[in-house]
Amino acid sequence: MLSVSQLSVAYGAIKAVNGISFEIPRGAIVTLIGGNGAGKTTTLQTISGLIRPAAGTIRFDNEDITRLAPHAIVARGLCQVPEGRMVFTNLSVAENLALGSYLHRDPEQIARTLHHVFEIFPRLKERIKQTAGTLSGGEQQMLAIGRALMSRPRFLMLDEPSLGIAPRLVTTIFEKIVEINRDQGITILLVEQNAHLALEISSHAYVLETGQIVVAGASRDLRNDPRLKAAYLGG
Amino acid sequence: MSDLPQQLLNGLSLGAIYALIALGYTLVYGVLRFINFAHSEVFMVGAFVGCYIGRLAGAVTWWSGLTALAAAMLVCGVLGWIIEKIAYRPLRGAPVLNVLITAIGVSLFLQYGGQLVFGATPRTFPPLFPETRVSLGSLDISTNQLIVIVVTTVLLVALQLIVKHTRIGTAMRAVALNPKAAQLVGINTNTVFSFTFVLGSALAGAGGVLYAMNYPSIDPLMGVMPGLKAFVAAILGGIGSIPGAALGGLILGAAETLVGGSQFSTYKDAIAFGLLILILLARPSGLLGRATVEKV
Ligand SMILES: Nc1ncnc2c1ncn2[C@@H]1O[C@H](COP(=O)(O)OP(=O)(O)OP(=O)(O)O)[C@@H](O)[C@H]1O
Ligand SMILES: [Mg+2]
Repeated sequence: MLSVSQLSVAYGAIKAVNGISFEIPRGAIVTLIGGNGAGKTTTLQTISGLIRPAAGTIRFDNEDITRLAPHAIVARGLCQVPEGRMVFTNLSVAENLALGSYLHRDPEQIARTLHHVFEIFPRLKERIKQTAGTLSGGEQQMLAIGRALMSRPRFLMLDEPSLGIAPRLVTTIFEKIVEINRDQGITILLVEQNAHLALEISSHAYVLETGQIVVAGASRDLRNDPRLKAAYLGG
Repeated sequence: MSDLPQQLLNGLSLGAIYALIALGYTLVYGVLRFINFAHSEVFMVGAFVGCYIGRLAGAVTWWSGLTALAAAMLVCGVLGWIIEKIAYRPLRGAPVLNVLITAIGVSLFLQYGGQLVFGATPRTFPPLFPETRVSLGSLDISTNQLIVIVVTTVLLVALQLIVKHTRIGTAMRAVALNPKAAQLVGINTNTVFSFTFVLGSALAGAGGVLYAMNYPSIDPLMGVMPGLKAFVAAILGGIGSIPGAALGGLILGAAETLVGGSQFSTYKDAIAFGLLILILLARPSGLLGRATVEKV
């Protein structure tokens, strides 16, 4: 469904991503694992069109989207929950969710999607009037995912959804990710440093180190892979 | 000070014009994070458009006045759109200093381009609206002052409605809060930037006409001082804040008129700017501005 080939991205002289290629089949959960500064966020932002790559192509549903503007990519059903959540802190939960459906104009359909998001995250319904900036980190993550779901994506990328969140909530959020994938058929690319959980819910995994993919394979196999043990699975 | 109500009225109508121009600075800053120094020249062009329409109309009626206002807003809106497209859009992502220098360049271009097109000698601005003066006790009210206040109020309410209740207004607020997140929900930032320039420039166009109605000598450099003061008003109110720009404009207008009517009138600009410094010392992000960390 998404196919990235020979992608290179640079910030001035700094090469952040160096000729990476990967494939994500429809309906799968695939994870991209890597430490700080490996180039994970850069990769996702490039797929979303926020950064222009130096080389390589990105194809979504067999269409070359490499040079499309971010809003055009969202319109094709490829959506991202960005690192650090990026909720609109001064706006209410309701306004944040409404912005998520910015590209949709049918009020009935928007209401149905909202109903669906509240089924997945009942907590958001309870906080509907609250200013997003006053939500807890975990709640903000739910809101960021909810906002992305409001755009009715077919493909969802999540950038470190476990970052800075209480462990109990991390488990909940990962359960929700599985649920979204299973019940709505949304294909998922999950970026994580938390390799344990990511390998548990994904079918395939890629490991990124200093802008290059160093390990790739079925998540089941990588859970015990010695190459991952030391760096990402805590020995 | 027996003429205090009179001074306040004069200050209110001058302040309303500063507010209209200040809104353009604040809108552009709020959404694009830079100061469009060419804004004061858009204001000047608005005055000239009003001048031409006034001459063309011949008879002074309410319709001629309203047509002049609408035409100035339209022309300036288009001018704002062109400025953003030609001068600023190619610099997206460039260092702030480059954008700033470009802004000054556009400003100079319009000032001297204006001298070429309109001529450098000051012109008399024709009467646009039928003018009568009403005496209310010691108060001497001109209809032109009332028009300034009414038009400004209407435009402010309209702006507020656009920003709060339309799709594009919502997109503007989202981009102002977080441009990346806005793009990730599918907002086309180019459209938002264009629209912001059109909106701010149209307001400046109306401001130009209203200003020239009350200070009826216009020339291509006329935008500099009101533009500077409106910029100060925007900072005073908290740059990026719409109510702040309105409040800052009113305060500056009132301060200038009050000092101008007193024995210290020679120092009116010095006192107005001194006031700015005092307020900013107490509230560095302006009266209604949010204390935020500057994003680089
Ligand atoms: N805006 C930028 N300008 C210059 N260099 C950048 C920029 N953003 C990222 N980098 C550099 O690019 C490299 C990859 O960064 P990136 O944010 O993609 O890593 P990451 O894998 O997401 O890391 P983390 O887990 O810490 O979020 C790093 O060396 C980083 O310093
Ligand atoms: Mg990252």
